[in-house]
Amino acid sequence: MAFVVSVIAWFANPAHWSGSSGVPQRLLEHLAMSAVAVTAGLLIALPVGVALGHWGRFGNLAINVSNVGRAVPSFAILVIAFQVFGLNNYPAFVALTLLAIPPMLTNSYIGVRDVDPEVRDAARGMGMRPRRLLVDVEIPLALPLIMAGIRTAAVQVVATATLAALVAGGGLGRFIIDGLGQRDDAQVFAGAALVAALAMTVELGLSGLEQVALPRGLTMKSTAREVAAEPDLAVMT
Amino acid sequence: MALAPFLDATDPWIRWDWFWRHVPDFEARLLEHVQLTVIAVVLGLLIAAPLAVLAYRWRPLRDPLLAIGGLLYTIPSLALFAFLIPFTGLTVVTSEIGLVSYTILILLRNIVVGLEGVPPEVRDAAQGMGYRPLAQLLRIELPLATPAIMAGVRIATVTTIGLVTVTALIGQGGLGQLINAGLIQDFKTPLVVGTVLSVALALLADLGLAGAERVITPWARGRA
Repeated sequence: MAFVVSVIAWFANPAHWSGSSGVPQRLLEHLAMSAVAVTAGLLIALPVGVALGHWGRFGNLAINVSNVGRAVPSFAILVIAFQVFGLNNYPAFVALTLLAIPPMLTNSYIGVRDVDPEVRDAARGMGMRPRRLLVDVEIPLALPLIMAGIRTAAVQVVATATLAALVAGGGLGRFIIDGLGQRDDAQVFAGAALVAALAMTVELGLSGLEQVALPRGLTMKSTAREVAAEPDLAVMT
Repeated sequence: MALAPFLDATDPWIRWDWFWRHVPDFEARLLEHVQLTVIAVVLGLLIAAPLAVLAYRWRPLRDPLLAIGGLLYTIPSLALFAFLIPFTGLTVVTSEIGLVSYTILILLRNIVVGLEGVPPEVRDAAQGMGYRPLAQLLRIELPLATPAIMAGVRIATVTTIGLVTVTALIGQGGLGQLINAGLIQDFKTPLVVGTVLSVALALLADLGLAGAERVITPWARGRA
């Protein structure tokens, strides 16, 4: 009970809500770090995934990148990047970008690859050139999966950005790491609550956005969710 | 935090003299890593399987269970461990509760999807042959769901091996302790050894489980 009170007291303390180490500032750092990494990852993953899916080549590469990516601990990448780049924003940027690429690459590849061949035929029959086929047919039909990939990547990046505090980065992880260092359980718990709430908000927010932004005929329920039946991708969506 | 103020640019990626002197240490960490992983995956399977069967047999439970599982899965690992520290301290129990939670969430989804992938005709045929629900589950549905379940076990195992490294921050960690030592002491050799062994362990475990899957599903061999 005393512990619950100490956590509430932590949240109630106005000092924790202002200044360069206050919650709003740390939240901004966390979001900025994550947004930059996801955007950079998307700029790399989307063209590659879409191209591979369009040509139907190197499929194993696109799928294996996810499996290998899962085997390399982000914690290790972060520490290695820290050794390479030193005390600045690059270690977190590199580690988080590498983390963001696999789900988006795999999903955009599968999304484009699995466009119904009859739809492709119809588009060609209507006289579409390859480029138009890609832009007007394949990519729109792949959108649900592409967006699911972006959501997966974003949630993983927001979660892992917590570790950036280990290599002297900012973000909400600071509260946990500093709390552990100072044996301040209330701060550790408060930091964990903030990070967990943020990760869940991102997950729910992005899946809400998918429902709104996607064309009616393409909503997740009917198509992309079923990718889970492809066992290797069960956690991709 | 005992963070070194400067990075030592002259420190090589691996110092072999130090490496050879610490091989027994690496072995101990590796063993610890394997133990933490095996416990997490086995316990996770034991808990996830009945839950999945429940969600599969009792439809109203399915969507809420999977939705809650998916949401819990988004909780960052460090945060999950941090939540537990006030109650279970910097112990193996804290690590395992966290690790088992993640394996449950991965396995639950895959087992449910696997069971749902059993063709309705097969289920009809089993019923027509007089299988009772339990026998049908154990002899027909679960075996047919094995590929999806094994895919889940592989993902859970590889994910857990990565997550174990994070538990170094709460005093456990197996190979993660080497990574953490590299960070704290600003010394690259243990960092490199810990990373390489952890990745190798993950890839090896994945390969081993893929092999095990082939052995226990002889009927699926021709198709893949």
